Amino acid sequence: MDMQVPKKKLGLKERYTLMTRDLAWDTSYQPKEKVYPYADYEGIKIHDWDKWEDPFRLTMDAYWKYQAEKERKLYAIIDAYSQSNGHLGVTDARYLNAIKIFLTAVTPLEYMAHRGFAHAGRAFPGPGARVACMMQAIDEMRHAQTQIHSLSNYNKYYNGFHDAPHMYDRVWYLSVPKSFFDDAITAGPFEFIVSVGFSFEYVLTNLLFVPFVSGAAYNGDMGTMTFGFSAQSDEARHMTLGLECIKFILEQDPANLPIVQRWIDKWTWRGVRLLSIVAMMMDYMLPKRVMSWKEAWEIYFEENGGALFKDLARYGIRMPDCCEQIRQEKDHLSHQVWAAFYNYSAATDFHTWMPDEDEMKWLSQKYPDTFDQHYRPRFEFWREQQQKGNRFYNKTLPMLCQTCQIPMLFTEPGDPTKICYRERDYKGSKYHFCSDHCQHIFDNEPEKYVQAWLPVHQIYQGNCFPEGSDPTAPGFDPLAAVLEHYRLNAGRDNGDFEGSEDQRNFEAWRGMAKRND
Amino acid sequence: MSKVFIALQTNDDTRPIIESILADNPHALPVESPAMVKIDAEGRLTVKRESISERIGREFDLQELHTHLISLSGHIDESDDEFTLHWND
Repeated sequence: MDMQVPKKKLGLKERYTLMTRDLAWDTSYQPKEKVYPYADYEGIKIHDWDKWEDPFRLTMDAYWKYQAEKERKLYAIIDAYSQSNGHLGVTDARYLNAIKIFLTAVTPLEYMAHRGFAHAGRAFPGPGARVACMMQAIDEMRHAQTQIHSLSNYNKYYNGFHDAPHMYDRVWYLSVPKSFFDDAITAGPFEFIVSVGFSFEYVLTNLLFVPFVSGAAYNGDMGTMTFGFSAQSDEARHMTLGLECIKFILEQDPANLPIVQRWIDKWTWRGVRLLSIVAMMMDYMLPKRVMSWKEAWEIYFEENGGALFKDLARYGIRMPDCCEQIRQEKDHLSHQVWAAFYNYSAATDFHTWMPDEDEMKWLSQKYPDTFDQHYRPRFEFWREQQQKGNRFYNKTLPMLCQTCQIPMLFTEPGDPTKICYRERDYKGSKYHFCSDHCQHIFDNEPEKYVQAWLPVHQIYQGNCFPEGSDPTAPGFDPLAAVLEHYRLNAGRDNGDFEGSEDQRNFEAWRGMAKRND
Repeated sequence: MSKVFIALQTNDDTRPIIESILADNPHALPVESPAMVKIDAEGRLTVKRESISERIGREFDLQELHTHLISLSGHIDESDDEFTLHWND
């Protein structure tokens, strides 16, 4: 009698080995150095790529299965949200200004991350690393797409959502995220993966995707909540890749340590500067708040990042030098950045406002050592001026930091009454910096950063006017010309939220949603 | 000892997962926020396939976690039966 013997199912580890490393081969027509030309020049020494362990052990077939499920779920929610006029359920149209920043400043980074990981996946000689990078490249493309799809619903009703990719390449403050990622993807594959996979994903993105997206849920923004959590479910895998990659590089050769430490120092600071805009989104732009920036910072950077660095200490890795300054800045960051955007609100694709009395109370309570002393008086004065019809718009273009490209708005460590400036002469030109750390980054790679495309310099050089403009023509308005070049609708997309078309429409539509007139 | 954490969306699929994690890791502490729960645990946290399968009344594949995961921290050790987060210090 024939007996059916059920085939023994392979375990997870065996499946992963068979479907990943066993599918790789060594080239014979071309030498390895020619196939992987970027593997060595950064000085990182790898002796055995087989030591690479992907802790998630996700194989391509399982990857497609779970990603497809995530997509189906996401699009079902997005459809339901738009079909039921879900946008009228957000706490306030004011809130959507944070989402405009998300679309113009974060979504294009997802796409750049896609390009970066596709390149790193091609450049690494080890199959485990290649498969993980390929999955992440596909994830990042998915994030860019789902964010554009989810947010296109708001573009039907609100101003400022209309041309994110065009703005990303031109608008002054968007040169901050753009230059961050351009810096990362023009580095070698190892620096790229330490910068984005480790410093950015593991140490910093939790701050954007976890408390901010939970805040989106709290404010009734089902669109952002859905793509945010769907993206973040991939991030857990990305963070794991980042951590694995650091461990792998450090275990391969002791000579790798100083190189990796320099990258961690550089990219932690670059990332912290980049996230200063998220600090302001959390503290000033959410009508209902889950936690302050400072609280989020303490949980995700100090506690979680601290645990990570403690764990990496056995390889000789130490906390980045910038951590002391970062610790001091957490009490000031969101207020200083919001003040700067309020000043330059005539040139942004979103609205600004001064916090009302309740919000000021919340800020005093969350920032007892700094808000009342340094920021409340300034904000009350601006609010008073605005109410008298003297809303202040700063029309002088600010000096920018050569490295992070943020206007000089940060204060000296230890003295919140004094703006921090650093400068450096290099080959006969002067370069300016917002901090010691940005200056050190420049000092290490001056030939890279002298090429920075600084929006203010470009405007003064006449490179940011619409084609055919004549700046010598009588009555030429340079600010208006720059906004036209940005494709910004002045007076509609920017300036005060109070009195804006977005505010009026939202009130009117929400009223209509409850009546039959 | 440093803390590890796992953050999950809150929905009907994750309720039994969260229950299992809390039952299997008595030292773990759930922190709820809008739409999500973050479970912190000193040193180590283990998600067990069997506990979840028991609660949902069908076989659970630990990789189903990917659909609901928001974030985590710590080194990962994953097998068919257990998913563990830990620090090495």
